[in-house]
Amino acid sequence: MENRSWKGWLYLLPAFLFLGVFMVYPLIDVFIYSFEEGYNSASQTAYGVGLYNYEYVLRDPYFLQAVKNTFILVAITVPLSTLLALGISLGISSIPKLKELFQTIFFLPYVTNTLAVGLVFMYLFDLTDVTPGLINVILGLFGMTPIDFIDGPYWARMLVLCLYTVWIVLPFKILVFTSALASVDETYYKAARVDGTTPGRIFRKVTLPMISPTMFYLVITGFIGAFKAYSDAVALFGENLNVAEMNTIVGYVYDMLYGEGGGYPSFASAAAIILFVIVLTITCINLLVSKKHVHY
Amino acid sequence: MKITLDHLTKRFPNRAKNKPDVIAVNDFVVEIPDGKLVGLLGPSGCGKSTVLNLICGLLKASDGRIFFDEDDVTNIPAEYRGVGIVFQNYALYPHLTVEKNIMFPLENFKGKDKLTREEMKKRALEAAKLVQIDQLMDRKPAELSGGQQQRVAIARALVKQPRVLLMDEPLSNLDARLRLQTREEIRRIQRETRITTIFVTHDQEEAMSISDLIVVMKDGVLQQIGKPQQVYDDPVNLFVAKFLGTPPVNVFHGCIRAGKLYVGEDAILLAPGMADQEVWCAIRPEGFTVDAAGPLRCGLSAVEIMGRDVSVVATHPALDSVQLRAIDPDARRMDDEADAVRFAIDPEKVLLFSKADETRIRCELK
Amino acid sequence: MSNVMDFDRIEKRAKRTALLRNIVIYGLLGLWAVIVLFPFYWMLLTSVKTQGAYASEIVPQLFTLSPTAENYLNVFTEADLGRYFFNTIVFTVLTTVAMLAVTVLAAFAFARLDFPGKNAAFVLFLALMMIPGELVIITNFVTMKTAGLDNTFLGLILPSVSSVFYIYLLKENFAQIPDELYYAAKVDATSDLKYLGKVMVPICRPTIVTILILKVIECWNSYVWPRLITDDPKMFLVSGGIQNIRESGYGRDNIPAMMAAVVAVSVPLILLFLIFHKKIMAGVARGGVKG
Repeated sequence: MENRSWKGWLYLLPAFLFLGVFMVYPLIDVFIYSFEEGYNSASQTAYGVGLYNYEYVLRDPYFLQAVKNTFILVAITVPLSTLLALGISLGISSIPKLKELFQTIFFLPYVTNTLAVGLVFMYLFDLTDVTPGLINVILGLFGMTPIDFIDGPYWARMLVLCLYTVWIVLPFKILVFTSALASVDETYYKAARVDGTTPGRIFRKVTLPMISPTMFYLVITGFIGAFKAYSDAVALFGENLNVAEMNTIVGYVYDMLYGEGGGYPSFASAAAIILFVIVLTITCINLLVSKKHVHY
Repeated sequence: MKITLDHLTKRFPNRAKNKPDVIAVNDFVVEIPDGKLVGLLGPSGCGKSTVLNLICGLLKASDGRIFFDEDDVTNIPAEYRGVGIVFQNYALYPHLTVEKNIMFPLENFKGKDKLTREEMKKRALEAAKLVQIDQLMDRKPAELSGGQQQRVAIARALVKQPRVLLMDEPLSNLDARLRLQTREEIRRIQRETRITTIFVTHDQEEAMSISDLIVVMKDGVLQQIGKPQQVYDDPVNLFVAKFLGTPPVNVFHGCIRAGKLYVGEDAILLAPGMADQEVWCAIRPEGFTVDAAGPLRCGLSAVEIMGRDVSVVATHPALDSVQLRAIDPDARRMDDEADAVRFAIDPEKVLLFSKADETRIRCELK
Repeated sequence: MSNVMDFDRIEKRAKRTALLRNIVIYGLLGLWAVIVLFPFYWMLLTSVKTQGAYASEIVPQLFTLSPTAENYLNVFTEADLGRYFFNTIVFTVLTTVAMLAVTVLAAFAFARLDFPGKNAAFVLFLALMMIPGELVIITNFVTMKTAGLDNTFLGLILPSVSSVFYIYLLKENFAQIPDELYYAAKVDATSDLKYLGKVMVPICRPTIVTILILKVIECWNSYVWPRLITDDPKMFLVSGGIQNIRESGYGRDNIPAMMAAVVAVSVPLILLFLIFHKKIMAGVARGGVKG
């Protein structure tokens, strides 16, 4: 083409400048940090290169707690939210009226401020001197003794965290499932109906295979998202997550950088890279499984 | 099985608010005899697919009844009607093999109808043999050609031995050559199975060539039902006459004066005993014979020779269209440089219609 | 087979199952709608209760007869919510505008211009989409702090400007504009920049608006980076602000005022969503990811 020139780079320059400084350079740098021993952020010097940062992080009880919390959160919320979203989307796509209304309502949590609404959840579950909290009042109707979900037993706090996470991630999943279901050619359903297929069988034999690519997309992104959980925990339990035993891996990374325990970018980098490796491994496993089960 | 549509009507609510409903099928009365191959024919948007969906049970009738033999199935859901349907895009399940696709309907059988795995495989194989795809059983639909997919869809519709086989535009997704071959195939399969088969098409040639009966529709209203040749020779109105036949019928502004049929200034035939009136005069292409002494005087545009067919393209001032097209094998030897041509007209191939309502005027022409 | 069918019974049964199915589905969807909407109702409700009324309810009341606006007043005067709002608006507007300029130029280069190394650049660029933010945020934090940009708007904004995904989205949209339009403009001696501004941007306005809205939502809710780079409450955005009000003890003591703050923070985005819900949902469905 006659106007093949270097001018194109001029248009790309701002984007590449920003990406270079804030993505490419940090990506390289984070690996360097993670191997620099005894890095001092004030003097910006280190006295050695090695695996000590990883060793430290892997032995840090706070980190192990964070890993445990994150894995429990992932193991509960990913399947739960995917199945719930699928069920709700199936419901939406099978009703004749009010589809759009339900879709809009269900999407609402997506645009809300995680920190702000998390506070609402906290108050709803919180057991204080004044009130047992609305959830406990409701549970009381079924004859249960009040549970302190925010400062009480570990499982209760984890339960609230999981519930809130599901509440927050569902809108995206519902939206994606609904559009996947809507894009299945309706003649498949007609054909199946004429053949006298029961609704259950239509779901298993027609709908599910047809939306299986979407399903796996959501599972993969769901895993990645859940492993990076952080702000929902802050919203419920405050910024001092280590004390609340509710820290996540990402939370640990930030705590290493900032705040009371902060000033250790090397430890933060090591933890972030460990997280990255975990996520990468899980994603690869997911992709392998999906190769076997996604039908086309 | 005999199918009776008794004053069948289907209304859809209008998308625009406060407008009357759209009537897709209007007061349809048809009796389709047992074991026939019936072509449901009409221009696109005439409601023919709606009729098919009503028979199938995918749509609910607004008015009127549908009978399969003596059974009133009007309000029976599709799954209990015992119909097989082939969709325009075949709707083969992309994740299942050909065999699994064909077995799909059998796996739905319940109770005493339930089949064992072996019986299902056997019946699937029989159906596959019938449509000659038994060597493709392990393929997936994406690995098949359009014609093969079509056959799989037919096999899937036939495998449960339906009482009626319905096909929605079965040939429209195939290329021209395959279309000819497949329509013969449909004819053969129907003959072998003797299942009452209704197929929808907008292509009159397709319907004429293989149907035992054709049903012509326009704007949701039944126009005519009959054997293809009979409907072609004896259409009830101008629409049916125009819709059937390739090349299409040539329509003139004509009139009857003093017992003669005039087209423009040319008195082409005698119409004894007819009152003087304006008429539509429609002449089939094969009704023209090039004849230097013929009564119809036309301007010659072209002589087109394509294999066996010789068509003469000509103009005439009273023509309703721009040009007329006549088919006359003997025109091969005529002078195609000439400016004018004259035709003799075969009275058997001339149809007259009322100018007022376009219905047929039956009369004897000589 | 046809003779043994009892057609009346089949018809009735089919009607009954369909009705039952619909009741169950509407019921369950309605239940979930309540679960989704209830927190919003609750925050609104609590924010108009007086502190005294709220504290005296052992069993929380689900409606109030004497609503008050006093909490809203308090939270803007006693807590620094007004400043957080101001910060967030400045941050959102500047970031979005800068992002848009960078994105449009880059998308134009990839979609329309031909230059040496374009394919390699694009591959590199796509690879960047897979880099998790958690990895790069550490160095960014150190970089910005070393540059003395902590607790400044510049420090807040700069790392949030570039978005690989939005450039990709817009590039795809730009690429759909037929080449002939470009050649026609060239023949008329239109400069590239003018063509971009007068032809491409107006044609792709829907996509640009979608990107804008998604970015605004992202900015308004952003928490992690602002929390790292600002420790001076004067520079907090709303997310950090809410957290600050809560941790400072004010939130625990005065829950209705806290809820008033939560409502105030949530309302702008909910309004935006109600106006643009179709655009937002379509944009997110095209592959948007949260945060």
